[in-house]
Amino acid sequence: MKHFWSFLFFLVPLFGVATFVFAPHFNIWLPRDISEQGRVIDGLFMFILYLTGAVFIVTESVLFYYLWKYNGKSNDQPVKFSHGSHALELVWTIIPAVTLLFIAIYQMQAWAADKLDAPAIDYTCEVTGRQFNWDFRYPGPDNELYTQDDIVRTDGKLYLPVNEEILLKITSADVLHSFFLPNLRVKQDVVPGMAQKMWFKGKKTGGYDIVCAELCGWGHYKMKGRVFFLPRDEYDAKLAEFTAEQETMTVEVPEEE
Amino acid sequence: MSTVTVDTHAAHGEHAHTSSFLKTYVFSLDHKIIGLQFLFSTLIWFSVGGLLAMGIRWQLAYPWRPMPLLGNLLAASEGGQIAPENYTMLVTMHATVMIFFVIIPILAGAFGNFLIPLMIGADDMAVPVLNMLSYWFMWPAFFFIGGSFFVEGGAAQGGWTSYPPLSVIQQAAPGSLEGQTLWLLGVTFVGIASMMGSINYMTTIIQMRAPGMTMFRLPMTIWGMFITAILQAFALPVLTAAGFMQLGDRMLGTGFFLPEGAMANNSPMETGGGQPLLWQHLFWFYSHPAVYIMILPAMGMVSDILSTFARKPLFGYKPMVYSISGIAGLGFIVWGHHMFVSGMNPMLGMTFMVSTMMIALPSAIKTFNWLGTLWGGKIQFTTPMLFAIAFVSMFIIGGLSGIFMAATPVDIFIHDTYYIVAHFHYVLFCGTAMAVFGGIYYWYPKMFGRMMNDSWGKVHFTLTFVLMNCVFYPMHILGMQGFPRRLADPYHYETFKNLLPLNQFISWCAFMLMASQIIFVINFFGSMFFGPRAGRNPWKANGLEWQAPSPPGHGNFDFQPIIYRGPYEYGSPETEEDYYPQTQPPKEGIQSAATPAH
Repeated sequence: MKHFWSFLFFLVPLFGVATFVFAPHFNIWLPRDISEQGRVIDGLFMFILYLTGAVFIVTESVLFYYLWKYNGKSNDQPVKFSHGSHALELVWTIIPAVTLLFIAIYQMQAWAADKLDAPAIDYTCEVTGRQFNWDFRYPGPDNELYTQDDIVRTDGKLYLPVNEEILLKITSADVLHSFFLPNLRVKQDVVPGMAQKMWFKGKKTGGYDIVCAELCGWGHYKMKGRVFFLPRDEYDAKLAEFTAEQETMTVEVPEEE
Repeated sequence: MSTVTVDTHAAHGEHAHTSSFLKTYVFSLDHKIIGLQFLFSTLIWFSVGGLLAMGIRWQLAYPWRPMPLLGNLLAASEGGQIAPENYTMLVTMHATVMIFFVIIPILAGAFGNFLIPLMIGADDMAVPVLNMLSYWFMWPAFFFIGGSFFVEGGAAQGGWTSYPPLSVIQQAAPGSLEGQTLWLLGVTFVGIASMMGSINYMTTIIQMRAPGMTMFRLPMTIWGMFITAILQAFALPVLTAAGFMQLGDRMLGTGFFLPEGAMANNSPMETGGGQPLLWQHLFWFYSHPAVYIMILPAMGMVSDILSTFARKPLFGYKPMVYSISGIAGLGFIVWGHHMFVSGMNPMLGMTFMVSTMMIALPSAIKTFNWLGTLWGGKIQFTTPMLFAIAFVSMFIIGGLSGIFMAATPVDIFIHDTYYIVAHFHYVLFCGTAMAVFGGIYYWYPKMFGRMMNDSWGKVHFTLTFVLMNCVFYPMHILGMQGFPRRLADPYHYETFKNLLPLNQFISWCAFMLMASQIIFVINFFGSMFFGPRAGRNPWKANGLEWQAPSPPGHGNFDFQPIIYRGPYEYGSPETEEDYYPQTQPPKEGIQSAATPAH
């Protein structure tokens, strides 16, 4: 088998492509997207996947072809005594440069929509990460945070209205965490001392994972939450229920030492 | 060959014979011995780092089940079961060991030390004492990091990036006690060692080249080392300063990285007024250039090996030199791409996105030139060549997957997922580690005077190549699902439930990958005693190092090297042989660009 090695390297593009082709059949792919901007991010991901996939297949195949054709055991041509080619260098400098710049400019709009252009609405909820839980503070009936009628929940369950623009205020009480909603394609590190905004629109009702994506200590793995998207009327009823629950709750204030 | 001998060499040789074992092998001033000291130390740490990774893989395949064999070593107190705080320690220390004790010192310390004087025609480094100190300053680091496993709370658990406040607040994690302090001290000593090395390398390469060895006749390995040394010299002080600031926050009550009202154990801290993101900026200002410190010398070594075994000149030597210089320049203005979702101003993210996209360009140019080098050659599939080709093949994957992360909107989703883990393992393990293996197989005859076994080398190569792809390639699709890194048990999330079988496959491949390295270890040590003797130039290579005896004595060359051409003149029409050593004078009547010039 004098071409054993070239074929071994040919397995790279073969299995590389096969992995991505067969992964969806094993139900491993981008998680179900229920958001609006997720479509843009997934589109961009697939665009880069196809683009890099094409470059991957071409370069790996060229590598295989050269290994096969210029195998010292079978190639009886004299070696090409070449130190390079100015024209080729220009070609493979300019084409990737233009492509990369194109990708850079093409995605700026999506980045701005996700991280720069916050909607001018009131906060739907304040999210606070702490070791190892997500706390939620709803503004209550007056739509204003840090007032008497705020609803504070510490059970790691976030309720949000479906099909409505959501604006979250997110922060941390102790160390760094990261508020990651895989199904909405949003992620933002939360930093103590910094209040940050996150906005999105959920388009499907149901419960989805909240994941902590920044190492925050030994309990990092269990810093799990759930976000539930409810129709508006159910959402209002849920918040009313919370308010009622909170009014009947007694809080023991520890005495000052 | 030139017959000019320089008297000092003889004097050095005399001296070497009379000195004691301790002076020759332990406190040696000889760059070759220091290089080998680095090589052995880093290979030992390589296996430690690998074992730590096995712990991670076990936990991801069989969460909370007691680990057989290794469990007693990694988590003895829990009966082999990896506790959550142990898991975060494993991920932290695996990365720390691999980056600071393996990749950086094996490239710059082992190969840099051994090869630089030999490849430029010098008798030793410019400052041999500094060189010896650069190795011995690694030892405090070895003790600090190694010892930190045994202090209360265990070794550091803040991730290798050591982000405050987790790493600063002592109550935040068990590993944030003494373990983190020792971690910071260890990294500082590695920094001092690297700094001493890089000053020496720069001076040596600029000042001590043999007559005729112009900058554009240097092999790519030396260019890689040179640019790396510059990167280290400029980036390291920032990390060292940041490390001292973090020590101050931990021990002296300063508040560089602690915000106002930071909480620890539900009570506010006394200090504050700082900014956690400042650490990230300072850390990545070093650690992004460090990414190139971990790949540029490897790229250089691969270029040399490819040209030698394709029996043809390196394609586009100058574009290669310009690209690594370009990488070095751009490498200083892309650190923000580690911080796209950190809370840094999103406008700044846009700037870093553009510069990050552009840094992909020099890497692309290099890849095309490597393909051009293979084009039209007569490829000899020796073990070092196979590893070098694997580097090219794998670097294509690692380079292309980087574009996903550079695209900021996509990075929002894949940041801190296994997509990133796949990406940097493709660059560092499938890339740099392949270049390191290739380099060891290639320069082993020069180091020890004997050849490594080629057949077993190929077995080692095939197993490593196949298994590492089975380990790291599926991590891409794990990341596509959003699978986060550093999570001890991700399967209680609904989104990641179905990923357990794939993780078990990856883990078993990882165990076999680890086991197959035993072949390398046996080959490495066995060949020292039983390998066939190598002559000066077993590969029929052009490089200057192959004109020295194997192994080279004290002072390296037994003649005064005079350099007539670059190191890649394979298949030159000027000579009947298919190689044309750099020191071979041109034949009468041939007018080549061979006038020796200093």
